Amino acid sequence: MPQWGMTIDTDRCTGCEACVVACHAENNLPIAGPEQAAMGRTHQWIRVERYWEGEFPNVKAKFMPVLCQQCDAAPCEPVCPVNATYHTPDGLNAQVYNRCVGTRFCANNCPYTVRFFTWFTPSWESPLNEQLNPDVSIRTSGIMEKCTFCVQRIRRAEDTAKDEKRAVKDGEIKPACAQACPAKVIVFGDMSDENSEVSKLSRSNRGFRLLAELGTRPRVVYLKGGDA
Amino acid sequence: MAAETPPRFTEERINRDLLGPLFKTSGIYYVSAGFLLLVSMVVFIAWGLQLKYGIGMAGKNRPSFWGLYITTFVFWIGISHAGTLISAILRVVQAEWRRPITRCAEAITTFALCTGSLFPIIHLGRAWLFYWMVPYPNSRHLWPNFQSPLMWDFIAINTYLTGSVTYLYLPMIPDMAVARDKATGWRQSMYRTLALGWRGTEREWLRLEKAISIMALIIIPVAISVHTIVSWDFAMTVMPMWHSTIFGPYFVVGAIFSGIAALLIAMVAIRKYFRLEHYLLPIHFDNLAKMLLTMSLLWFYFTFTEYLVTWYGNESGEMPVFWSKISGRYAPLFWLMVFCNFLIPFPILAIKRLRTIPLIFFASCCILVGMWLERFLIIVPTLVHPYLPYNYGHYWPSYTEMAIASGTFGFFVLLYFLFAKFSPMISIWEFEEGLQVAARHAGEMREPTFVGQVVPGDVHPGH
Repeated sequence: MPQWGMTIDTDRCTGCEACVVACHAENNLPIAGPEQAAMGRTHQWIRVERYWEGEFPNVKAKFMPVLCQQCDAAPCEPVCPVNATYHTPDGLNAQVYNRCVGTRFCANNCPYTVRFFTWFTPSWESPLNEQLNPDVSIRTSGIMEKCTFCVQRIRRAEDTAKDEKRAVKDGEIKPACAQACPAKVIVFGDMSDENSEVSKLSRSNRGFRLLAELGTRPRVVYLKGGDA
Repeated sequence: MAAETPPRFTEERINRDLLGPLFKTSGIYYVSAGFLLLVSMVVFIAWGLQLKYGIGMAGKNRPSFWGLYITTFVFWIGISHAGTLISAILRVVQAEWRRPITRCAEAITTFALCTGSLFPIIHLGRAWLFYWMVPYPNSRHLWPNFQSPLMWDFIAINTYLTGSVTYLYLPMIPDMAVARDKATGWRQSMYRTLALGWRGTEREWLRLEKAISIMALIIIPVAISVHTIVSWDFAMTVMPMWHSTIFGPYFVVGAIFSGIAALLIAMVAIRKYFRLEHYLLPIHFDNLAKMLLTMSLLWFYFTFTEYLVTWYGNESGEMPVFWSKISGRYAPLFWLMVFCNFLIPFPILAIKRLRTIPLIFFASCCILVGMWLERFLIIVPTLVHPYLPYNYGHYWPSYTEMAIASGTFGFFVLLYFLFAKFSPMISIWEFEEGLQVAARHAGEMREPTFVGQVVPGDVHPGH
């Protein structure tokens, strides 16, 4: 059983937000619109956080793409009263939309604030309504959703590999954010395979895990410092 | 029986004073009930709109996924600790002065729970699926997640509601029998059903007394556990200033604190409205005010400890939340809370000369405001200051939320109001039993009695 994981090289990130757009297109994310966005109701399964380093005039903008960290010890999982959020055997932190009743407890207990609630029945203005991804279900009003590591792409690649009677190759699966990134910030793959690119990168001494001190054991490893 | 009571409390007079409201209804009552009904309708209309258009009608957002609904939920569950817990403690220690208080206290519990338990359902994204939390064998082949504090909450509140209703109903049985014997028509059949064939034999009295004592003992740990579990909705998370080990006792203290305040307000209202000045005496208010003073001090102690430890710990996740309350955006509310819960009530309740019924009423109102704020200040500042500062947010309740949260106050008073038309607000038999005990103490008792034997079967006319 592969164990999916990701590395994000913050030194490479230019903050272009192509990953955010790609994620919207791939995962049928509702468009909040200016009013709802001002209320804090955007759906960004991945977002680019911008921080300033240093004091004026010697300031540097630092970008950090943040998505669901697919924690091995996810705080969101035990708090759901109806088991709508659970852990898959291949290490994904999955959200079962049909089962969610919308207590939002999981989102409150997520230290990374990467869970998103569908406040209203989503709709897309033309022509966006023509480009919805048929592989991804559209979420109804009143449920929680979040980054899936593009599980539809993972399952499709696994199916193809099974049909061709082979294992999934390293780099064969690319989530939409990784595919869209012009600076190759995001690398996705099997963490349990020692020779995979993501596995090698995650063992780099530039690696750190976000809020690791909370003991959530994230599956996303950030890289920072030194030459990229 | 009448011969043993002091002359001013004849059986006839007690029945007239306490049963009167059941059969005579004034115009003011209809007007107030109508007004309360309108206020309650606002709740259900607003909720209906929220169901139709989506939970987005409430002003919640990311990161503030909870807001006014959960605040008001915790508030009502706190209020519910007035009755059952206080009445049970007073019964267990056999405090004689409890007698005119228990019924109106227990009714607060039941109706505060009815009101409060609406909120976890109102706040759901898909409220129509709330029954998925009920553990029963089902077509989905899934049990609810018993690891979730919300699941514990669901079970705890249901247990408490069942227990409280039983505990309210048991001492009502003899009074229902009195009402049955006085009533005519549909009322008579209703009270006959509720009296469960009560005839007032000695055996029935002994069994009732036993059942009440057992329920009083059971309900105390249940009440403590309920608010502890409500606090665990927060304390079990990893969020800054929620993950705190003292939340259990802190919430229980706050609950009893606001509960006594609510009870005092209800007693002032009942005393005035039903003209029960001879039943609810200044001594009752004085005694409860002293309990309220104790709780105010305890609340202050817990709050001080909680904030001191957080400040001293100086953890990076917690400090933004801490400062937002002490000197930041939520500081006005925080200091208003300290005023309402401690600085105003403390002198009023501590100084004997100030401990008058109007000032106790004022202090109790302040405490209700303060305790509501306390819950708000526990929930919202933490949510809008998550660990990653990029996600700091803001929260302002929407009109829908405000209508629902404030409207439930009308809903609660309406339920309480209707109950006052349906049952005596002071337990008749317990009050008469108290007169007997007093008479026995005065050495005026003619018939020999033994401890535990209480009012003989001839309490109500007809037997």
